[in-house]
Amino acid sequence: MSKPKLGVFKFASCDGCQLSLLDCEDELLTVAGAVQIAFFPEASREYMEGPYDLTLVEGSITTPHDLEAIKEIRAQSKFLITIGACATAGGIQALRNWKDVTEFTRYVYAHPEYISTLETSTPVADHVAVDFELRGCPINKWQLIEVVNAFLHGRKPNIPSYSVCVECKRRGTACVMVAQGIPCLGPVTQAGCGALCPAYNRGCYGCFGPMESPNVLALGEWWRSMGVDDRALVNALRGFNAYAEPFREASDVYAQQA
Amino acid sequence: MSTPSKPETRSISVDYLARVEGEGNLKVRVRDGQVEIVEFGIFEPPRFYEAFLRGRRFGDAPDITARICGICPIAYQMSSAHAMESIFGVKMDGALRELRRLIYCGEWIESHVLHAFMLHLPDFLGYQSAIHMAADHRDAVEKALRLKKVGNDIVTVLGGREIHPINVKVGGWYKVPTKKELEALVPNLEWALDAATWAVEFTGGLPFPEIEQDFEYVSVSHPDEYPFNEGRLVSNKGIDVPVSGWNDVFEEVHVARSNALQSKVRERGSYHCGPLARYSLNFEKLSPRVQQAASKAGLGPTCFNPFKSIVVRCLETLHSVEEALRLIDAYEAPARPDVPFEVKAGEGHGASEAPRGMLYHRYRLDEEGYILDAQICPPTAQSQMSIEDDLRRVLETSLDLPDDELQWRLEQTVRNYDPCISCATHFLKVEIDRG
Repeated sequence: MSKPKLGVFKFASCDGCQLSLLDCEDELLTVAGAVQIAFFPEASREYMEGPYDLTLVEGSITTPHDLEAIKEIRAQSKFLITIGACATAGGIQALRNWKDVTEFTRYVYAHPEYISTLETSTPVADHVAVDFELRGCPINKWQLIEVVNAFLHGRKPNIPSYSVCVECKRRGTACVMVAQGIPCLGPVTQAGCGALCPAYNRGCYGCFGPMESPNVLALGEWWRSMGVDDRALVNALRGFNAYAEPFREASDVYAQQA
Repeated sequence: MSTPSKPETRSISVDYLARVEGEGNLKVRVRDGQVEIVEFGIFEPPRFYEAFLRGRRFGDAPDITARICGICPIAYQMSSAHAMESIFGVKMDGALRELRRLIYCGEWIESHVLHAFMLHLPDFLGYQSAIHMAADHRDAVEKALRLKKVGNDIVTVLGGREIHPINVKVGGWYKVPTKKELEALVPNLEWALDAATWAVEFTGGLPFPEIEQDFEYVSVSHPDEYPFNEGRLVSNKGIDVPVSGWNDVFEEVHVARSNALQSKVRERGSYHCGPLARYSLNFEKLSPRVQQAASKAGLGPTCFNPFKSIVVRCLETLHSVEEALRLIDAYEAPARPDVPFEVKAGEGHGASEAPRGMLYHRYRLDEEGYILDAQICPPTAQSQMSIEDDLRRVLETSLDLPDDELQWRLEQTVRNYDPCISCATHFLKVEIDRG
């Protein structure tokens, strides 16, 4: 039986999520042995035509060109997984969605007429059907291996959708909000990082995006009671997953009040 | 008079350059043996970092700008933190400063080994990728992966995770490690001393095209240390200014032919950042062990052959391993993880040495610490003219190669720079073919 063909594609992003694959130092050659790497420009100059059995997509959709490209990639892919906050929520570059992108272009580039860009940065799932979304900025490489492994064995990936709080409890980290008075997005953020920030005495800043059914406004009231002003609240919610619906909607509420 | 002949035109275009970070392309045209067009293009979509940083608070800069590059997030955290600290009058001293050097050692090791062995070496040995290469050179690839991991382990212990670590902040760290946590890294670092020495020998024995370029090398320079995150900006052609002088000596120009904003030395031209520049400007600050390894690999105190950057990356890996061991040995956990400061308005500058070259940040803040203005000059944008100079030179000296080999040689020429196109793109013009 021939090995499944793997394609790795990139849109607007930092490359960190596909780098996670190369950061699997101990597992890389094993993973590479289980699949046929058909398209992975960051790692190989050999490009094979589709269709691909498993496609990993990093990055958000921000240009007219990419809007067409993602449709073609979908058509060439049996199973398409988006990886990372850019692909699943639009990334930090989605901050343009609240601003005038023409002004942005003029601010950064001397000749804006050469720049072809969309008004918005949006997740891949806004444009094509996605079979699984792996969250994180960056993704957790063990979760990536789990997802690839689940695909290879035809089972559902075991990726929890509960909050970072669960991971803090499991890790034995005292709650930084309660014990140290540090504002934390952990109660509304999906687990996956291993509750890193609280373990380093800082509040979670939401890299893994909203958990399943979060109550963001209730957490916002806690932050306010700790003395956080609405401008800071808006900035906190408008981070790497700013355009994920629960964060977006709550940030709009506070932006109106700020 | 030459005999009139049919003009011969050779065009080579690489639509999607592989084994680099980000999306770039390459276009050259040669007519009658004359190089007409050399373009290193960028089609990475723009992300507008400088624009959306406005209105964010100073403390967001290290976390947000880290997302410009998944391979060198530490560089962005360092340059932005130092720029902010210069506004508040905070100076990193003692163990806090040493820890910043240590995490940078980790990033140099992981990034250099990734590039040298996984992305660049396949060019020298004629493989499409390191995974193809592993079929014939399994031991070398496995050793390199283990060495890369030693670097990532340093970043993980200090920063929480290898990509976009979470522990660096303006004023220091959120939490400092215990001596014991750092000492756990020592056995692997000791192994890495030998592995990095092997890497220098291995890459030093590769075949190199005989090309030397008259580079203007630019790097950060410190009186006592091989540069990481503190020092002046210097060059081998007379530049010697404080970091705040970046805009006095360099400018960003628009070259219509390539539709790219490129950095150049004012009234002079292209310059070159990265391992070759650091090495050639700071050789005397390397330890005897590294200097000896260099000489065994056939390198003098300067090197102007861009293809030999792979050897210098391995030398800098060896330097980073040695430096990490020294820093861990001398480490005593400080009483507090950060330096207190008061937020104030002002303009600040930071430059540090990303694995692929100097990274400059400038910010202007209001009195509450919100960002009014931001400027970020990544190494690949700064070296872009130099990359095109090399492409032209390689093209002129390799015209006898058949198209497929010439194309590969040109790709290798770009990869000599370990270009980071995601970094460069919020800054470079994106080439748009409107045809």
